[in-house]
Amino acid sequence: MSNLNELSQLLKEIEDQLADCMKCGMCQAVCPVFTETGDEGDVARGKIFLLERLGDQLLHDAKGAKKRIEKCLLCGTCGANCPSGVKIIEIFLKARAALTTYVGLSPVKQIIFRGMLKHPKRFTGLVDLASKFQGLGISKANIDQGTCCSKMMSGLIGDRHFKPLAKKPLHKICPELDTAPGKSGIKVAFYPGCVVDKMNPEIGEAALKVFAHHGVGVFMPANQACCGIPALASGDKQTFENLLDHNISRFSNAEFDYIITPCATCSSTIKEIWPMMAGGQDSKHYPAIKMLSEKTMDISQFLVDVLKVTPVQGGGKAAKQVTYHDPCHLGKSLGVYSQPRTLVQANPDCELVEMNEADYCCGNGGSFNLQNYDLSCEIGMRKRNNIVATGADIVATSCPACMMQMTDMLSQNNDTIRVKHVIELYADSME
Amino acid sequence: MISKTVIDEFKTIVGENNVMTNEVDRQNYAYDAAVLEPVIPAAVVRPSAGEEIGRIVKICNDNLIPVTVRGAGTNLTGGTIPLEDGIVLLTNRMNKVLELNEEDMYVRVEPGVVTAKLAAQVAAKGLFYPPDPGSQAVSTIAGNVAENAGGLRGLKYGVTKDYVMGIEFYNAEGNLVTGGSKTVKCATGYNLTGLMTASEGTLGIFSEITLKLVPPPKASKAMMAIYDSVEAATETVAAIIAAKIVPCTLEFLDNFTINAVEDFSKVGLPRDAKALLLIEVDGHPAEVEEDAQRVEDICKDRGAGRIQVAQNEAEKTKIWEARRTALTALARLKPTLILEDATVPRSKIPAMVAGIEVLAKKYDIPIGTFGHAGDGNLHPTILTDKRDKAEIHKVEQCVSDLFDIALKLDGTLSGEHGIGIAKAGFMVNEVGQSSIDFSRTMKKSIDPNSILNPGKIIGR
Repeated sequence: MSNLNELSQLLKEIEDQLADCMKCGMCQAVCPVFTETGDEGDVARGKIFLLERLGDQLLHDAKGAKKRIEKCLLCGTCGANCPSGVKIIEIFLKARAALTTYVGLSPVKQIIFRGMLKHPKRFTGLVDLASKFQGLGISKANIDQGTCCSKMMSGLIGDRHFKPLAKKPLHKICPELDTAPGKSGIKVAFYPGCVVDKMNPEIGEAALKVFAHHGVGVFMPANQACCGIPALASGDKQTFENLLDHNISRFSNAEFDYIITPCATCSSTIKEIWPMMAGGQDSKHYPAIKMLSEKTMDISQFLVDVLKVTPVQGGGKAAKQVTYHDPCHLGKSLGVYSQPRTLVQANPDCELVEMNEADYCCGNGGSFNLQNYDLSCEIGMRKRNNIVATGADIVATSCPACMMQMTDMLSQNNDTIRVKHVIELYADSME
Repeated sequence: MISKTVIDEFKTIVGENNVMTNEVDRQNYAYDAAVLEPVIPAAVVRPSAGEEIGRIVKICNDNLIPVTVRGAGTNLTGGTIPLEDGIVLLTNRMNKVLELNEEDMYVRVEPGVVTAKLAAQVAAKGLFYPPDPGSQAVSTIAGNVAENAGGLRGLKYGVTKDYVMGIEFYNAEGNLVTGGSKTVKCATGYNLTGLMTASEGTLGIFSEITLKLVPPPKASKAMMAIYDSVEAATETVAAIIAAKIVPCTLEFLDNFTINAVEDFSKVGLPRDAKALLLIEVDGHPAEVEEDAQRVEDICKDRGAGRIQVAQNEAEKTKIWEARRTALTALARLKPTLILEDATVPRSKIPAMVAGIEVLAKKYDIPIGTFGHAGDGNLHPTILTDKRDKAEIHKVEQCVSDLFDIALKLDGTLSGEHGIGIAKAGFMVNEVGQSSIDFSRTMKKSIDPNSILNPGKIIGR
């Protein structure tokens, strides 16, 4: 670390955005972290104040401030409700990059992001290898949820209940694809995202089945890279830019009408974060980023808005009650609320029952869960209680990260409610 | 600097995790929603029970450590900005509703209960807690009482002070003091409840508050009236009051605010309208029908160009959208927003609005005026950028003139935000030196070491 002047310079970029915050404090009403802790430093107003003070060189503990700034789910609830329209997510991502440049990236994160994630082939190879050995030291936690836990690794992952890595990841089931449009006349690029590829390939298979059913041509290049949000959330802009470059090289030269992802976080990252963080309109990649961002769509949005999937009336009482959780990155970030619900209702065996606070964050927040597991669980339990109160058989959502969190919470409580992606439910209706 | 011994004593009382002393944590309690310089406290302490408040205050008194109480920190006059050598006493761990008594229609709460949450809990029992300050989604009850917060319903239902039946607070020595009662009537002793309301943490620290509840109105009707002159709108307000009708809300938006709202939310307001009134009457269904008709007639009679009466809940929500988004819409125009609340007797609203227009021209500063015309409490909202020192100087002059205008019209410096630090210097203009001396004498005898939020309201 060098002097505070350097950090102040790095924060200049967001100076005007910070000034837009009028410190009204209304973010306290909606922040899931503040709701649990009641601490001003956990809410957007508090974090913005710290950044202003760092910018003015009136706060000396940059490391302490960094820790505070990073204690945030990046759920965007505050931004969506901010009376002044402060661009909070943009501020926080840019601030994390500036603080990481100044304080440095932790050695563990250097290995994860720059040693692995940055190199998609190496990353995939390592995960494939890990999936072969993962039986060692893990035991079954909950049969209904299909989860495991690990005493051996508890130092690293705590008492989490998690789904094991897929025995056969999506890239092994279907390494690449380039099919012509069928009856729909539409061709999409399919971006499954890391979690679907490596942990929930069944979601990817369901998506491919649905595309085939609707006569949609699919372009799915091999060797796709992470969307970059984990690196960016940790302030590692360098890795983010490398991943961006890699994905641009995979996708920008092909012909397709839309990029479809079954991951809310990937969707909002490509649509909103890529153009926001890619160095502005002067960057060499801007035209490609703009094109990719404009073409990106959540899978339920595509099916309902483009392919006109509509709810169907089941004969008699539906076999299963399904409640839906709105992922923050789909609802609050992209305004997609009704389409995933329509998809649930497009399965005649499913009846939609709304839960209380359906769009309240599940508490996962990516690396937030790793760094603040207890707090993440407190927020997750609120979601779990709302899910259980519906009496539904299935909780559906549109984001594999939310699925991971809800599975952990339900599993820890020995609940039998199953966690599904909406595309799985829709695919089930087309036997 | 507070000694380690004292910090350790605080930790013994409230637990290690509820005493914050590191730089980052302390910085986060240096400000509130007022446009004023932050002051970093020496420590932040979070008690969970009244008895803990008493012990903390006693230690502060013995060690001459100033105490500034904070709920949600939404204060607009700097009342929650602490002192450098003092502590912030954070009340939001004390957020329980202790008793909701439907039979006797009162609710007993801890200080840190959030206003909107309380109102919702009360409503769920079929009762009504009317005060609805703009920050109710986050503000705490004790903060509302300490500032005598108002809201949109002041005209008919009154403000926070009209609902405080009883209080418990800790004095500067850390002893428990009670005032008021659970009874509708109470003539026992000094009216400490009244004294403590609006005392801004300078006389004692609340540990429990008993609030009056009322039955909710059975029906309501809302309408919007659009005017092509400000005078016609403000005269309508005076005429409604003169006709002995008391709407539950009677809000005003000027042309500047109308355009800001239209830019922001495109609700279809006419951009050339000079003013807009939003009026809601409530009560018994028959009375509501009759009052609504009379209000509509008065609006027409006073020259409203268009009147829109909400026929259902959806239309009512749409009508109120303009008022709900007013502050948000204005906030987006400039980085800094200064929300004033100087208030005049309601009949003086036309003169007050005219005066604000003159000031906006004189100082060449954008001012959007909206607010509670029915109770004389307008919110002239000054848009600026606090980083522009020259303009801020101009804004200060403008605010000072604004206060002069309100006082000349027999008004008051603050209708609902309190005095805090921001208006302390202007107090003498309204109440005179002997009133300030009286208040200081009282403060000195109650808080001889001046540890309770010193500097607020009456200066030092």
